[in-house]
Amino acid sequence: MSVTTLKSGSMLERVLVSGKFAVTSELGPPKSADVETIKEKAACLKGVCDAVNITDNQTAIVRMSSIAAGVLAMREGLEPVIQITCRDRNRLAIQADVLGAYALGIRNILCLSGDHQRFGNHPTSKNVFDMDSIQLVNVLKRMRDDKVFACGDEIRNSKKAPLVAPEIFIGAAANPFGDPFPFCVTRLGKKMRAGADFVQTQCIYDMDRFRRWMEMVRDRGLHEQIYILAGVTPLKSLRMAEHMRDNVAGLSVPDHLIERMKSAADPKEEGEKIAVEQMQELRDIPGVAGIHIMAIEAEKSVAGLAEKAGLLPRPIVD
Amino acid sequence: MIVAERKPFDEIFANAGKHHKVLLLGCGTCVTVCMAGGQKETGVLASQLRLASREKGVDLEVTEHTITRQCDAEFFDDTTSRLVEESDAVISMGCGVGVQFCSDRYPNKTVYPALNTEFFGATLEQGVWTERCAGCGQCIVDKFGGICPVARCSKSLLNGPCGGSADGRCEINPDVDCAWQKIYDHMETLGRVDELEEIQPLKDWSHNRDGGPRTVRKEDVRL
Amino acid sequence: MSEDPNIIAFCCHYCAFTAADLAGTMRQQYPVNVRIVRLPCTGRAEINMVLQAFVDGADGVLVAGCEPGSCHFIQGNLRAVKRVGQTKKLLIEAGIDPERVEMRHIAASQGPLFAQVSREFTEKIRQLNEEKRMAPTVAVAQGETT
Ligand code: SF4
Repeated sequence: MSVTTLKSGSMLERVLVSGKFAVTSELGPPKSADVETIKEKAACLKGVCDAVNITDNQTAIVRMSSIAAGVLAMREGLEPVIQITCRDRNRLAIQADVLGAYALGIRNILCLSGDHQRFGNHPTSKNVFDMDSIQLVNVLKRMRDDKVFACGDEIRNSKKAPLVAPEIFIGAAANPFGDPFPFCVTRLGKKMRAGADFVQTQCIYDMDRFRRWMEMVRDRGLHEQIYILAGVTPLKSLRMAEHMRDNVAGLSVPDHLIERMKSAADPKEEGEKIAVEQMQELRDIPGVAGIHIMAIEAEKSVAGLAEKAGLLPRPIVD
Repeated sequence: MIVAERKPFDEIFANAGKHHKVLLLGCGTCVTVCMAGGQKETGVLASQLRLASREKGVDLEVTEHTITRQCDAEFFDDTTSRLVEESDAVISMGCGVGVQFCSDRYPNKTVYPALNTEFFGATLEQGVWTERCAGCGQCIVDKFGGICPVARCSKSLLNGPCGGSADGRCEINPDVDCAWQKIYDHMETLGRVDELEEIQPLKDWSHNRDGGPRTVRKEDVRL
Repeated sequence: MSEDPNIIAFCCHYCAFTAADLAGTMRQQYPVNVRIVRLPCTGRAEINMVLQAFVDGADGVLVAGCEPGSCHFIQGNLRAVKRVGQTKKLLIEAGIDPERVEMRHIAASQGPLFAQVSREFTEKIRQLNEEKRMAPTVAVAQGETT
């Protein structure tokens, strides 16, 4: 292990590099300055996953900054993966925030385009999109590896001062179900070449389509160059299943799952059962390096799921 | 062409009502084509203003006049200048450029906009116009099968699509085409999909309006 | 009974205008205050022609064209329907009752129908005038800023 030089030294990186099956989850910052909620959510996730995504104004609704919430989560013993979207900040603000986040101890950053602001609570705002997620990945990679900013300037205070660049484990999102389908794999390749170390996928319900995608990924050998964490979101109700199927772009929920949710006595339990089965299945797909459990506003359920799927205890890798 | 849309009547009427004699100045170029501020639309608005002022007991005299272009000094002829001078204020039916040009020309008159200027676009079918160009100052459409991601992708992604693209539609609205689906399809038709593997670098927005208001100088034709 | 309202009827040469003529020959009674403007087709009725009629003192405007499907110019009458709809919106903005403009379809042979429509429309406009006379007028404050 000691021979490999780590890029960031984060726990997530160490788990993945050591070849262990990784588990990440998600923590949505509060829609207020309330710290308690973060503590409560963090307590549920502690020891259950290797790192936790801290969302960045998710669905374009204003929440506590992901860096601030990430630092608070860190104090509670979690390792954060800070999400950064391209919607709200330009290249100056994002690079400044990356320096700040690193200085505060953050080691994982996930780059996203960001949901359009029209979905959120400030639909009349102006968006930025100075760059896209792939360009952002590349900016981070150059900051880390070449120790330069996007403009080419070196990351140092003055000519004589030492280079102090953020050493970040760089993530991105992948959508195995997006359109145009063949291009989904192309985009994964672009993210990898831009410098992403890992990707977390959109939540998976359609196992067949995901398997087909993974096949294409393996054909290109991408799974050997980037860690792929498969996304899982437990269904809570039939309504949620139908909503996911009908209203979430690029997400298909197969009929047999809808049927199971329909006939279940306790749909919530059934949803968790499905999620556990999926996680066990995903684990066996070659090239899948980990699971990303997104239990939307249900951080409490993650521990149980991970337990049942046999993902606990989490390894300690140094 | 520049595509515009008429402002709500109440907004125009409220401005007109601050004066007794207004000149409604139409424009014969882009806004005539997009049926927002040409001679016909000037006539319609003039009639509406006359009716409304009579109905509401407002003392308002409306004069109509349309010139070929409000963004070129040469079309502001003596007749136009006389009509402007005889009025208390001008309501321009030109795009935002026309309004300002007119305002510059007649510094002692308030010029009100009658239109909301929307975008640079094309006619899809009669009565429907759509945005095609964002005037970014550095055209790159050749790389994207002739489809501009800056103007037509809701997030201006140069390495799209985002995860929201579904069935050829953009995540923001099922009535909006996903520019990236179109780019992909067109590049496929051209047999150039592999070019989309290239990572597009950060865009230089300094040629865009972000670099400040822009001026074009063509030295060989300057006097 | 109040004064006769001023009505302008934009009539298509191929149908309503002929119907009006027929109404005369058939000695049908219809109000004399309905003044007919002959158009080659109601498709010629521009929005501003209607608005201008109001500006020049009309109390009501009738646009009378062929039955759907029998326009001499294929769909001039259908265009007129759309334009009358839009004219109503513009009238509302200007504070005028949209009921004061109406689109009707009257075939060349329907002399009696023309007379009836004219009578009904005149009556409707007469009532609107009456209501308006009774309603208190709202004065709009006018600033002097230039
Ligand atoms: S769905 Fe398509 S057009 Fe809409 S933001 Fe995403 S890539 Fe752009």
